[in-house]
Amino acid sequence: MTNFLTRRGLLKTGAVTGAGLALPTIFTSGASAFTNEPTGGTVTLGFNVPQSGPYADEGADELRAFQLAVEHLNGEGDGGMMQTFSSQVLEGNGILGKKVEYVTGDTQTKSDAARASAKSMIEKDGAVMISGGSSSGVAVAVQGLCQEAGVIFMAGLTHSNDTTGKDKKANGFRHFFNAYMSGAALAPVLASQYGTDRKAYHLTADYTWGWTQEESIKAATESLGWETVNTVRTPLAATDFSSYITPILQTDADVLILNHYGGNMVNSLTNAVQFGLREKMVNGKQFEIVVPLYSRLMARGAGENVKGIFGSTNWHWSLQDAGSQAFVKSFGTKYGFPPSQAAHTCYVQTLLYADAVARAGSFNPCAVAEALEGYEFDGLGNGKTLYRADDHQCFKDVLVVKGKDNPTSEFDLLEVVEVTPVDQVTYAPDHPMFSGGALGSCNAGA
Amino acid sequence: MDAIILQILNGLDKGSAYALIALGLTLIFGTLGVVNFAHGALFMIGAFCAVSLNKLLNLSFETVDPTRTDFLGNPLKVKTPYIEGWFGPDLGHAIIDWSVPLAILFSIPIMIAVGFIMERGLIKHFYRRPHADQILVTFGLAIVLQELIKHYYGANPIQTPAPDAFKGSFDFGAMMGFDPNTIIYPYWRMIYFAFAAVIIGGVFAFLQFTTFGMVVRAGMADRETVGLLGINIDKRFTIMFGLAAAVAGLAGVMYAPINSPNYHMGMDFLVLSFVVVVVGGMGSLPGAVAAGFLLGILESFASMNEIKSIIPGIDQIVIYVAAIVILLARPRGLLGRRGVMED
Repeated sequence: MTNFLTRRGLLKTGAVTGAGLALPTIFTSGASAFTNEPTGGTVTLGFNVPQSGPYADEGADELRAFQLAVEHLNGEGDGGMMQTFSSQVLEGNGILGKKVEYVTGDTQTKSDAARASAKSMIEKDGAVMISGGSSSGVAVAVQGLCQEAGVIFMAGLTHSNDTTGKDKKANGFRHFFNAYMSGAALAPVLASQYGTDRKAYHLTADYTWGWTQEESIKAATESLGWETVNTVRTPLAATDFSSYITPILQTDADVLILNHYGGNMVNSLTNAVQFGLREKMVNGKQFEIVVPLYSRLMARGAGENVKGIFGSTNWHWSLQDAGSQAFVKSFGTKYGFPPSQAAHTCYVQTLLYADAVARAGSFNPCAVAEALEGYEFDGLGNGKTLYRADDHQCFKDVLVVKGKDNPTSEFDLLEVVEVTPVDQVTYAPDHPMFSGGALGSCNAGA
Repeated sequence: MDAIILQILNGLDKGSAYALIALGLTLIFGTLGVVNFAHGALFMIGAFCAVSLNKLLNLSFETVDPTRTDFLGNPLKVKTPYIEGWFGPDLGHAIIDWSVPLAILFSIPIMIAVGFIMERGLIKHFYRRPHADQILVTFGLAIVLQELIKHYYGANPIQTPAPDAFKGSFDFGAMMGFDPNTIIYPYWRMIYFAFAAVIIGGVFAFLQFTTFGMVVRAGMADRETVGLLGINIDKRFTIMFGLAAAVAGLAGVMYAPINSPNYHMGMDFLVLSFVVVVVGGMGSLPGAVAAGFLLGILESFASMNEIKSIIPGIDQIVIYVAAIVILLARPRGLLGRRGVMED
């Protein structure tokens, strides 16, 4: 036994082992301190949007916004909202002097496909940040992946409370508003328009976003005196909602709340109008329909049926502040039509990321996260906005909108009826609707 | 009681769509022996015929209105449809308003042509191949067709309204002595049901009372013998494929005002229609129609809150549960014959 363990032998073995262990650091002393650290003259961003599937049109609009943002960051075009942004550290020379390049992925609005495309952009293309998406299921899945991989995730259109609630992550940031905010902004307007003595019937898309949307608007309207008659979950794949609409006729409900998005919203609203719900009188009151989350792109599919129907939205192109006008001008000039709310949030997220890198002086995700946390800004179309450190959610004014009675064009479908001040939609970080998860600590990967 | 009547009405219009698609599927299977997974795509193309005619009629010229501005602050370009320029605003507007009924005429030649090209161009090469090959190739074709539609029309649903005269709904409740507004049913859905009944009746009459139909039925029973009698049965079967395509297309045209068409609508109906065909009995036309209505009504009942409170989630599975029960009790489906799709 002692033959094996001599002093000289031990020294030799120790030296060899030590050299072996040190080898990686000797050879990689110049290697990344974090995942995909940009080394050349360029930096790559990954835009993960639905390019196929039911939200492909929304994805296409997101992609247009990303391309515009990249142009502006690289000093091309008219600069858009970079001129109105309260932070003026971006100079139009890329990010930290590195030219911005991008790769795209197709989420297909499926969690597994979205994770696969994000993974490929991170591992094969060297993307240092992932952004985009049009569904909360996808956002939560990709956010989790980015956390593990050590890159920043700047969420696109995602409205479920869970994205910055129980599924929040230190590497993930959401600019878009959420279901709680929709409920808090919409309920007072509904109460003033339709009174406090109302009976509501909910149809809800049966997945994460639908559940939190229903919970939020239900709590908000009940606190103002409304009664909830029934909440019915409908399959996400449902196309004909007539058999869910007709039971409403048998109840004494006088408001129908459609917690539906996309094609579901178009079909359920169209069906409800076909069944004469909007002409119906119940309890001596006019029957009303509410769509808590509006998308102008999708409202087009419902045509005239959206007229006079209340909902909420994150942003609308008709806003008159300097930021919105600058964005609409550069987007409209380049593409010939006004941008959607999905396009707006994606453009803003890209600028916010670039700005955070510039202020931090580093692409390191932990430095970027620190620069974004608690950051207050203005001039990006939503007024004064705070990126709250506790949950990485943006807090800003919320728009309550109504389907326009006399649209002047195919884009002019919604009118802003109220800009709900941020204080009214702010909640405590430990609010029960957002409890359950922990932000954790940032992961720089590599 | 009123709730039950409402769900039966609901089931009838849903059943009409299932029955029309299943009828076409069975026609193709019965005549050509092909399991056509592209049949849902034909339904979708029919709906897009309505969309296309609506878009064609809405082709517009632009005039600049300097008093108003667009979203960029430029003078607003006001669009006026050519058709209103040619026929005057009133008649022009009426023609556009009636675009869906007009699309019936517009779609028939298109659908027959699509059916003909599909059969001659692709499917005929798979007659002697196993059913699995046929399913794969027609399923692939369905995906190609829907991606083509998505490329040209986008992924969002496109509003295609019924004529103003048929908007609104009929109050059955008041007529039948119930409270007013408890049983109301949209006019267009009632028209859809009547339309489906006429088409189904027409197809049956055509097969039953014409010589052509008689030959086709003979061919369905024994293709070889009919061929030996010197009748070109293949040509007739190709015509039947065109007819089946037209039936699916018409079902789609009339469905456009019920739910705004999107590129995926064919797939939404396809799987259910296959269940309908299997439950009705492979190759049986009356079986397809009966099963279409039966499953449509069952699906409607299953989405009633009273039933969902007893068995949660039943609305999503009821059709498949019914299919399992029926196939266990009657392995060939409701009206299936011995020897069809059996070795």
